[in-house]
Amino acid sequence: MNGPHSGPYGAGLNMAVAPLAEQSSDFPLSFEQRISGASGVSLPNSDVPSAQDDSNLPKHLRRDQAPNLPELGELDVVRHMTRLSHRVFSIDENFYPLGSCTMKYNPRVNERVAAMSGFAHIHPYQPESDVQGMLELHFQLRHFLEEISGLAEVSLQPAAGAHGEMTGLMMIEAYHRARGENRRMVLAPDSAHGTNPASCTICSMSSTKIRSRSDGKVDLDDLRSKVDENTAAMMITNPNTCGIFDDQIADIATILHEKGALLYYDGANMNATLGIIRPGDVGVDVMHFNTHKTFSTPHGGGGPGAGPVGVSKRLSPYLPKPQVIKKPDGTFAWDYERPESIGRVRSFYGQGGVLVRAYTYIRSLGPEGLRRVSRRAVLSANYIAAQIKHRYPMPFEGPYAHEFITVPDFADLGVTERDFAKRLIDYGIHPPTMSWPIMHCLMIEPSETESLATLDQFCEVMIKIADEARDQPELLRSAPHDMPVGRLDEVGANRKPNVRWQPE
Amino acid sequence: MSVPNDRKYSDSHEWYLVDGNIVTMGITQFAAEELTDITYVELPAVGSECSAGAAVGEIESVKATSDLICAISGKILAVNDELAEHPELVNDDAHNRGWMVKIEAADLSPLDELMDAGAYNEHIS
Repeated sequence: MNGPHSGPYGAGLNMAVAPLAEQSSDFPLSFEQRISGASGVSLPNSDVPSAQDDSNLPKHLRRDQAPNLPELGELDVVRHMTRLSHRVFSIDENFYPLGSCTMKYNPRVNERVAAMSGFAHIHPYQPESDVQGMLELHFQLRHFLEEISGLAEVSLQPAAGAHGEMTGLMMIEAYHRARGENRRMVLAPDSAHGTNPASCTICSMSSTKIRSRSDGKVDLDDLRSKVDENTAAMMITNPNTCGIFDDQIADIATILHEKGALLYYDGANMNATLGIIRPGDVGVDVMHFNTHKTFSTPHGGGGPGAGPVGVSKRLSPYLPKPQVIKKPDGTFAWDYERPESIGRVRSFYGQGGVLVRAYTYIRSLGPEGLRRVSRRAVLSANYIAAQIKHRYPMPFEGPYAHEFITVPDFADLGVTERDFAKRLIDYGIHPPTMSWPIMHCLMIEPSETESLATLDQFCEVMIKIADEARDQPELLRSAPHDMPVGRLDEVGANRKPNVRWQPE
Repeated sequence: MSVPNDRKYSDSHEWYLVDGNIVTMGITQFAAEELTDITYVELPAVGSECSAGAAVGEIESVKATSDLICAISGKILAVNDELAEHPELVNDDAHNRGWMVKIEAADLSPLDELMDAGAYNEHIS
């Protein structure tokens, strides 16, 4: 009687226990597996009378039927979630050549420290005397970031890189305002992250693009022609999004400063320069750190995150408050006495748990270790570029920083960068960033953690896919082949999004 | 790829077709193909003003989001409402049914700076 499709509860119940062979392909949603009345918890009967139909709730707002919630026992839920987790494509199993942008490896020790009771089980409303350890960590981390960036003072408050950008622009605005100026224009190279102009808009400023030269660096003549008395700042990412380190950075700072404008440094690519250059030493006035990109905190998919900001001395007064300080008696405290501060940019004091992880990363590596992180990230990227450049044209000449761009040249075979990216999945490699910052490109960033064997394997796969593109282009166009789902209908999903599951 | 020679082209891949002081604009077939499948087109409000060099709309594709930059100043007379439901018209027929905005131009002279079909063809090859 018990065929492979009837579960331990017998036929007739709407309970699907998929046979092993099917578990690797598709299985029902938790909503579809419900066992009427099943629950993961057993609660005593309520001694509060339940609300009657004649309650004050207007009739048209009441449900006609019970909500369609999953009804499953704890073990069923555990199995369901575990099965789903087997489908997760993760850095614990796979190589991600899009590196720090999306999934730089987060060492396990970070989690261990963040889970320590003195960090994990405290509350921001506790008195300062209760949380001296956490405050000391904030104080030390602040100073580590000041030392790493060469800037005068850091605030840990912003909750993400883009939030740091907004905070930075607010300080820039406050600085100009204090000097009786109302500068509204922000310059950014055409290779800038989209968040830069977006942050300008959020701060009611406008942005203007500065041209890049054919070598990927800022066109200084174009910059000179666009800086004027309305220029509040320039936002620059260095190395830029093309993986090119702009060695004109000090000249750029000078051009801006001569016209009273400031230099904002987007720290997104700091993974390449730790312990090698310090933004503060080359004239940077404000920068943000992406702790997930540089200091191995989790990539939250929108949060929680941390985007500390650092500033030069003349911008210090405008930093968010409160600031963590060490009092003369050696204890740590929050300082609210900052009359020129732009104020709070986040509730409480920032994202404590994330900052603990960034601190742990910095402490476990130390100054020399951090320098090696950047050296290795740069070496890994340049190694891959050297290994595959005979098959993958590079629009910019190396040496590269921690990432590089290639524009695969197979358009005449009807194969696009998207097809390359999808084919990589079949080889167990996460697709890299594609189609940005220049059309038809793939952006490769291996980060600092990959072994030589992994890098070699990746290069081998890239060469193999180039061969496939030439000999069997259909293999790329129909990829991925070996995943739970094949090529998704991205156009359909964008034009006619269907984001709500409903029973058939 | 066809590049009609009845109109002007910008280096950011918009086309401008002039009829008296009324200018119809859209993006070129080349741009539409580079963007791949267009999924959403955001257009300005009819009656609003546009200023030369500023964005009047936004084009979203599976691959990227780009600004629709307008080379002239003037007043928005009409927008192609059909694109709200059928953004694919831009991919199918960028130079005709995929038009985006009609503008009553305050000054046509910025269009003199733009490319003709021959120059644009060279620009994209």
